[in-house]
Amino acid sequence: MSIDAAEFMQASVRTATPLALAAYGELVVERAGVINLGLEGAMIAGAFGALVGASAGGIGAGFAMAVVAGCAATLLMAWVVLWLRADAVIAGTAVTLLALGLTGTLYRALYGAQGAALSVPTLAPVAVPGLHQLPWIGPAFFEQPLATYALYAMACGLWWWLPRTHAGLALRATGERPDAALAAGISPVTVRAWALLFGGAMGGLAGGVLVLAQVGTFAEGMSAGRGFIAIAIVVLGRWSPVGVALAALLFGSASQLQYVFQSLGWPVPYQLFLALPYVLTLLVLAGTQRRAAAPASLGAPLDTAP
Amino acid sequence: MRARLHSRWLVMGATIAGIFAAVIVILLIGGYDTSRALAALWDGAFGSSYAVLSATLVRATPLLFVGLAVGLAFRAGVLNIGAEGQLLAGATAAVAVGLAVGALPRVLALPLALGAGAAAGAAWSGIAGWLKLRFGVLEVISTLMLNFIATYLVSWLVRGPLQEPTRVYPQTIELSPAVQMPLLLTGHRVHLGLVLAIGLAGFTWWVLTQTAIGFRVRAVGAGAAAARSAGGIDPARTTALVFLASGALAGLGGASEATGVTFALYEGISPGYGYSAIAVALLARLHPLMIIVSALLFGALEAGAAAMQRDANVPSVLAAVVEAMIVLGVLAFNHARTRGRQA
Amino acid sequence: MSDHALVLRAVSKQFGAVRALAGASLTVRRGTLHAVLGENGAGKTTLMRIAFGMMAPDEGEVEIDGRPVTLSSSAAAIALGLGMVHQHFTLVPAMSAAENIALGGRGRLDLGAVAEQVRVLSARTGLAVDPDTRVDALGVGAQQRIEILKALHGNARTLILDEPTAVLTPTESEELFGWLRRFVAEGGTAVLVTHKLQEALSVADDVTVLRRGERVLTARAAEIDIVTLVRALTGEDRAPETRVRTPRSQTVGAVVAQLTDVSVRDARGVLRVHQANVTCHAGEIIGVAGVEGSGVHELLRVLAGRLTPTAGTVSLPDTVGFVPEDRLRDAVIEDFSLSENFALRGAAARRGRMPWPELRAHTARAMAAHDVRAPSPDVRAGTLSGGNQQKFVVGREMENRPALVIAENPVRGLDLRATEHVLRELAASAASGSAVVIFSTDVDELLPLADRMLVTFAGQVREVPVVRDAIARALVGAA
Repeated sequence: MSIDAAEFMQASVRTATPLALAAYGELVVERAGVINLGLEGAMIAGAFGALVGASAGGIGAGFAMAVVAGCAATLLMAWVVLWLRADAVIAGTAVTLLALGLTGTLYRALYGAQGAALSVPTLAPVAVPGLHQLPWIGPAFFEQPLATYALYAMACGLWWWLPRTHAGLALRATGERPDAALAAGISPVTVRAWALLFGGAMGGLAGGVLVLAQVGTFAEGMSAGRGFIAIAIVVLGRWSPVGVALAALLFGSASQLQYVFQSLGWPVPYQLFLALPYVLTLLVLAGTQRRAAAPASLGAPLDTAP
Repeated sequence: MRARLHSRWLVMGATIAGIFAAVIVILLIGGYDTSRALAALWDGAFGSSYAVLSATLVRATPLLFVGLAVGLAFRAGVLNIGAEGQLLAGATAAVAVGLAVGALPRVLALPLALGAGAAAGAAWSGIAGWLKLRFGVLEVISTLMLNFIATYLVSWLVRGPLQEPTRVYPQTIELSPAVQMPLLLTGHRVHLGLVLAIGLAGFTWWVLTQTAIGFRVRAVGAGAAAARSAGGIDPARTTALVFLASGALAGLGGASEATGVTFALYEGISPGYGYSAIAVALLARLHPLMIIVSALLFGALEAGAAAMQRDANVPSVLAAVVEAMIVLGVLAFNHARTRGRQA
Repeated sequence: MSDHALVLRAVSKQFGAVRALAGASLTVRRGTLHAVLGENGAGKTTLMRIAFGMMAPDEGEVEIDGRPVTLSSSAAAIALGLGMVHQHFTLVPAMSAAENIALGGRGRLDLGAVAEQVRVLSARTGLAVDPDTRVDALGVGAQQRIEILKALHGNARTLILDEPTAVLTPTESEELFGWLRRFVAEGGTAVLVTHKLQEALSVADDVTVLRRGERVLTARAAEIDIVTLVRALTGEDRAPETRVRTPRSQTVGAVVAQLTDVSVRDARGVLRVHQANVTCHAGEIIGVAGVEGSGVHELLRVLAGRLTPTAGTVSLPDTVGFVPEDRLRDAVIEDFSLSENFALRGAAARRGRMPWPELRAHTARAMAAHDVRAPSPDVRAGTLSGGNQQKFVVGREMENRPALVIAENPVRGLDLRATEHVLRELAASAASGSAVVIFSTDVDELLPLADRMLVTFAGQVREVPVVRDAIARALVGAA
């Protein structure tokens, strides 16, 4: 059997799309100083919202509901972390658990045990005139569902927004030194709340992409740890928009490699390739933490009143 | 001390009552047959000797191990969310060693397998500890990464070096009886692991409250600066110890599960025990003896939820909703308590 | 427009059990440099934070440019033309000077334009700052200039500077004051919070003194002398009450601790203590004074065995009692019982089991001996009053008769009874043969106690006579 490199890259970008969307959300959250372990929850909530929305009102409604559901999940997170002052790690784990459980329970309640057969319309790939004919990268990057192009816009937008707006500066300052932000008249609580809301919207959108651009249906727990992968991507991408794009692509292609090996009939332990990006993430962390790539106050709670 | 224990019971009771009410609401919204579902929940957890001795207690055993692991870590201010990976490492090592020493008599073989599990769990968590103390890597991120790495390693091992000889199923061959946990009662699945876990809960409590090492662990968790300044305690050294001990407990949990329930290694050996552990430990307010009660409750919940899915068609993931609500409830309660203290 | 740039009227603020401000007032005339003086805990910083909108007063009014205002945040204060330079800088170390100065704005951010504005502002004011350098690569003097530029960039007409010279070298302080005088001459207004009396008298137009959350004096600097200021600061009637010991006339005891050529650099490599030589003898009380940033805390921590110096030799006895300044961070664990807190001492070296019954009995005895008022050794330390917590800490540290005792601000924030008790304990410890080192920001506390006086200034340690004038001069680096 032969393997088509262009096809492999196209599949990699497809796999990387929801990962990168969620990771850009998490990038913003972490630049504000919070680790959002509730991202996985926002993603599964988004997937479920997409199903509900799309079966009622088509693809557009599906994406809208995905975003709403993702936001709802992280609003809970924001409330617990910013107003109840609870530990973000514990709160995030709880939010993820809650979303996984609630979506599973509601799915069966709304669509019955045979819900798996339920399918919704999906976004078809759209070729960008001209660009998709580029050798190698053409089909990979420019023959994708609209969601992927939305991702490109988001990536460029963030890349511009973070260093070139006062809001981006306030976000970064909050993640570095919340007290400095406060002294400059910025409320760290408000900044973190908005960041979490954005992270939730992106997580929800990523979940929506899973359903509406890839699988075409919902399954219990279908986010399958992608929210956590997104967190790894942000770390591996060293908290920068460009780094996140590359890291997402790496994670995406690592998970595509297994199909390559299978189709080639190579007895390569693909699980080790799947584990590789995580190992790489740890190595990057060990190698760069001291050089302060991470926001200085990442994971530290606020001690100022809201 | 008595007053504190008393308030722990109160919190636990109040939390559970509130959550029970929420579950009924969810069942009603979902249009499920609520009375049938609740009956199934009760029967599945406590309704028969089978339910108690072969479902509830069997599920409570790994939860108790990992709950202790997480509870100990949190007590010392170590945010170990990697109990899942440490449990997998422990199960893997126990099976690998168990397969190698299966020919030895049980008094030798079983302790060897369990010891290997504890050591592997400690080593797995030790990586996170080393990364934290040497490079300042947040343990939240490193333990999460290590969970995934462990999952993929198991996935590879059961399709590669440790796969059963026919190479059909992605799992190892069954452990020989010499490395299987003795059952506590013939005809019931509850095994020696439960006794071991309860013993360890008692031991952890004893160490924390009665020994100098445990005192240092608590001091670093409650006030690292004062522990260092007034007590001369080295927080880094104590933290390292806690990483290892916490990992060993979780690893032992994996070993107990492999030698007491599954008798083999396969991918889905843990349905997320390591994550449930956070809820188990928090509901018990990190008190080792209360973790026994809390693990039993969660064991009952998961056993009951399985029965609910079987008999009333209510998805067993409802258990996850309950666990999450317990955690959120405890967080909200802690907030109210600190507020009250300040006022 | 009003003649007053900033007015605070009858402002009160309570933090838990502590009354930080009890109806304090401040009136700052436009175009003047106004010094606000007070000891630590007198309420200076709290008053300034209220003026800058960082916290709301429980009672009282704030007027800016003659208009009553309610400040919801520092952003509101900035919008009204206020700027504040905090004692602990509020800069983001990982960002450039330009980014720090731009922080708090809205809309598009053109860093190139901000950098250009900073260059212009820098040239106009004479505050030299390179807008593109990361803050963590700069020294404290440059960081302070950035703080000031940040305030001016926000169009501040009234600048509040909280202990600006605490971290500066004498030359840097001179430069700062020169600049402030020019700023005021050009129509700006500056509030200088300080506890250095001479500094206040020499640069300020007006002086306000706060004590225990109240205003006790406001005057033109030209019309008062340092004696008046000291009286106002410390309260004339206080010194006799705390007289618990007659200092010894000569030092005779054996040497118990010795520092030879000890130097300390902090984590960022800044020299904090420079070649200090200190000898402590059995039975004597050594008073230590020094302003924030003079290296005094580092010196005390080396003496207490809590900090390893970068250079020099340290010889300490086996037993050292340490009463740190930040009690709730460094001395007690609030969630632990008194017995458990008592057991902290020596916890690092303990092996095997904790002898709780014994420790509990020991704690109970210590509580009785040191007048710690609590129902039992089992109550949480957090439930005790500050005075009882401090008596507990002193009692714990004295329990095994340490050869050397180090106490930092041991009576700060305590009521009179507790103050007297703690000082008596320290005196008794010296009488029984310990060497006792007491640091206090309130020199009057030390005068009736100390046999010898050490004063730190800019990392140097100097021995001075136990006389208020000599100490006051040494504190500001004057000969």
